[in-house]
Amino acid sequence: MDAEISLRVDGQAHRLTVDTRTTLLDAMRERLGVTSPKKGCDHGQCGACTVLLDGERQLPCLALAVAHDGAEITTADGLAPPGELHPVQQAFLDQDAFQCGYCTPGQVCSAVAVLDEVARGWPSHASTDLTADPELDHDEVSERMSGNLCRCAAYVNIVPAVQQAGGRS
Amino acid sequence: MTELLEPRAMGQGLVRRDGVAKVRGTATYAFETPAERPAHCALVQATVARGRVTAIDTAAAEALDGVLAVVTVFTAERLASVEDAELAALQTAEVAFRGQVVGLVLAETSETAREAADLVEVTYDEQPHDSELRADRDDLYTPEKVNPGFETDTAEGDVAAAMATAHATVDHTYSTATYHNNPLEPHATTALWDPAGDGFLTLWDSTQGVHPSRATVCQVLGLPQDHVQVVAPHVGGGFGSKGTPHVNVVLAAMAARVLPGRAVKLALTRQQMFSLAGYRTPTIQHVQVAADAEGRLSAIAIDVVEQTSKVKEFAEQTGVPTRMMYASPNRRTTHRLAALDLPVNSWMRAPGECPGMFGPEVALDELAHDLGIDPVELRIRNEPEVDPETGKPWSSRHLVECLREGAERFGWTGRDPRPGVRREGGWLVGTGVASSVYPTMRMADSTALIRFEAGRYAVEIGAADIGTGTWTTLPQIAADALDVPVDDVEVRIGDTRYPIASVAGGSSGLNTWGSAVVEAARAFRGEYGTDPADGDEMETGVDQAAQDEDHAAYAFGAQFVEARVDADTGEIRVPRHLGVFAAGRIVNPRTARSQFVGAMTMGLSMALHENSLLDPRSGHVVNHDLAEYHISVNADVGDLQAHWLDEHDPWVNAMGTKGIGEIGITGAAAAVANAVWHATGVRVRDLPITLDALLPSLP
Repeated sequence: MDAEISLRVDGQAHRLTVDTRTTLLDAMRERLGVTSPKKGCDHGQCGACTVLLDGERQLPCLALAVAHDGAEITTADGLAPPGELHPVQQAFLDQDAFQCGYCTPGQVCSAVAVLDEVARGWPSHASTDLTADPELDHDEVSERMSGNLCRCAAYVNIVPAVQQAGGRS
Repeated sequence: MTELLEPRAMGQGLVRRDGVAKVRGTATYAFETPAERPAHCALVQATVARGRVTAIDTAAAEALDGVLAVVTVFTAERLASVEDAELAALQTAEVAFRGQVVGLVLAETSETAREAADLVEVTYDEQPHDSELRADRDDLYTPEKVNPGFETDTAEGDVAAAMATAHATVDHTYSTATYHNNPLEPHATTALWDPAGDGFLTLWDSTQGVHPSRATVCQVLGLPQDHVQVVAPHVGGGFGSKGTPHVNVVLAAMAARVLPGRAVKLALTRQQMFSLAGYRTPTIQHVQVAADAEGRLSAIAIDVVEQTSKVKEFAEQTGVPTRMMYASPNRRTTHRLAALDLPVNSWMRAPGECPGMFGPEVALDELAHDLGIDPVELRIRNEPEVDPETGKPWSSRHLVECLREGAERFGWTGRDPRPGVRREGGWLVGTGVASSVYPTMRMADSTALIRFEAGRYAVEIGAADIGTGTWTTLPQIAADALDVPVDDVEVRIGDTRYPIASVAGGSSGLNTWGSAVVEAARAFRGEYGTDPADGDEMETGVDQAAQDEDHAAYAFGAQFVEARVDADTGEIRVPRHLGVFAAGRIVNPRTARSQFVGAMTMGLSMALHENSLLDPRSGHVVNHDLAEYHISVNADVGDLQAHWLDEHDPWVNAMGTKGIGEIGITGAAAAVANAVWHATGVRVRDLPITLDALLPSLP
């Protein structure tokens, strides 16, 4: 069964027809040609497809497109205008926080959300005090970034990249 | 001896040239290749581990709206070559392993393709299968060679006699698990068959080598090389599993030929990668070590039992590092295989050295403890003057320096050797060490073309960047070879329209492609001098005759680990992990460091997490996804550091490089195991080390 929906991806409005089984990820990758979010597992296990959905990090491989009619999505490619980089992207470059690059757009989107979550005072499993403002220390960052797998294992560079973007060197 | 290039661009930590595209997600991977109205391909896999397909009912699938074609073992085109049985896609009704592809569906959308694949009804004549690796099987056999062409067995002196008379001996069996490479980008291909004339096949493929991939596809499909193009500008990791083409590439090509003129997209699912994309065999390693009271080895032996698929033999060279690592007058290495009804195992990061540096490096730790000798010192005492295997001098060997510098940086000095006695809060704390090694290789076939274009130098070679940094490091080599600023060099790789390049495997990529680039640069300068005209070009291959044969060439390293084990739960953490490597000249310290730490982390992952669990009743890896096949995540990695020595090796190649992609995984798991023992007093000889192995015996 098909359904017609609207999506706004990286600032661009789309009107498209999707199979009601189509995931938000496949709607982007296979219908719209938006391939910045990557498919690593299609089961919400690797984090490679992470995008900002209505401002929060989400896994579009676990979302049905038809259930997100009207959604506003930002992928890694939409974080900054062409020719510019978001501070998180610049930090990933500076710290060489990737190798093959396949998990990277998801890592970058996750990191953007992590900085926002920390700024809003959200605690994590690594927070010792659930009511204090979390610090961007190693354990906080690595815990919050652990939903994004990196088989090249750039983890030791991802943590300082997130810290750099968060203003903590 | 080679005149080493003067490093100017080499040695600089330049930022990746493909970096901006990767942090934005605009670098194009195989599946993402833009195509007009592509068809989607889904696979039908065997649900029995052994047997024969007796019937396939495709009616329901074909009746589905949007299905373009259904192809089965009974209807597929006959391939030109079925010599490589792994690649003989859809050529036989015989099922050799669970998950083997018995059909494929082409449809307008991926959803329809998958639904149709589910609707294909396959009937089997199921037969009993055999999928259990055990060292006591009575049908183990001796392969003719081990990967890629090493002697299966070696023997020197009399190990048994040395073991009988030695001051101290270690005699234990160690094991490593089954590991799946699991690059984050699943194996994928966009394929287009243009039927005009004699036809032309284009494969945008996720591969570690466009030319080797093309050669294989041409042989299997019976196509001339100039009728096939393979393109792979960006590859989402490989770790060996994209080094040799697997059946998915052949299936994509066959699918494309079903729909001439229309692009076809085929990506393996994560689950399918556990049966179709290769993996590392489990290994059972019987290790024997004998030594005098000062720790000097009188014997070292490793007898390896591992598996191969019945479909195609792959004999992992697990015993090979024991042949050259330490001095000993008596030595034995053997490999025996069980041929099983399982998917084809193949290359995974440091085949041979990775599992082969587990058992022996733990055994040395056991020996050191038995003798009351520091495990760093024990290794230093067994440093061989020449390669024990060949008798050749080393091109360079700085294992001792790596051990010493690592010990210094890690704070090893003064370590209390007693196991299970340090407690910090609820944690038992220990440290461990192991050596690392990887051979320095260069392939025979690679050619580079250099052309002077609009004031800049274009370098073309079909090399691969699987995350290793080739887009960035090859220009550094070219710049130094041409004696121009690196910004004046543009490198073009990842396409068979460029001159032939070898596979990104065996840590040989930069050694080989860089050699070709240097040869081409020297020839270019010889022909055109330093003031070339626009369009001047030179194409030259690696000079195999100039390859040094008189030295044994290896990279070496030492890894130090601090492990903490929760005294109540047995939870294992690794807060510190430090490696020092002597791996020749480092072309780009920024990307090199990423390779070292990445491989070390994969070794940590092997030590504590990774384990493909095969159910011998079904012949199936039951934890076949990333939720249950655990790899290290960010929070598993603590203070992990990679350092290296400035090593000058004039024998290996013009750059002085040894290759760095694999050495970091070797020895890492042993260092973790040795640290866990030192923390707890519990010696775990089977990987992965999990808390259930520790809990019953924690102090």
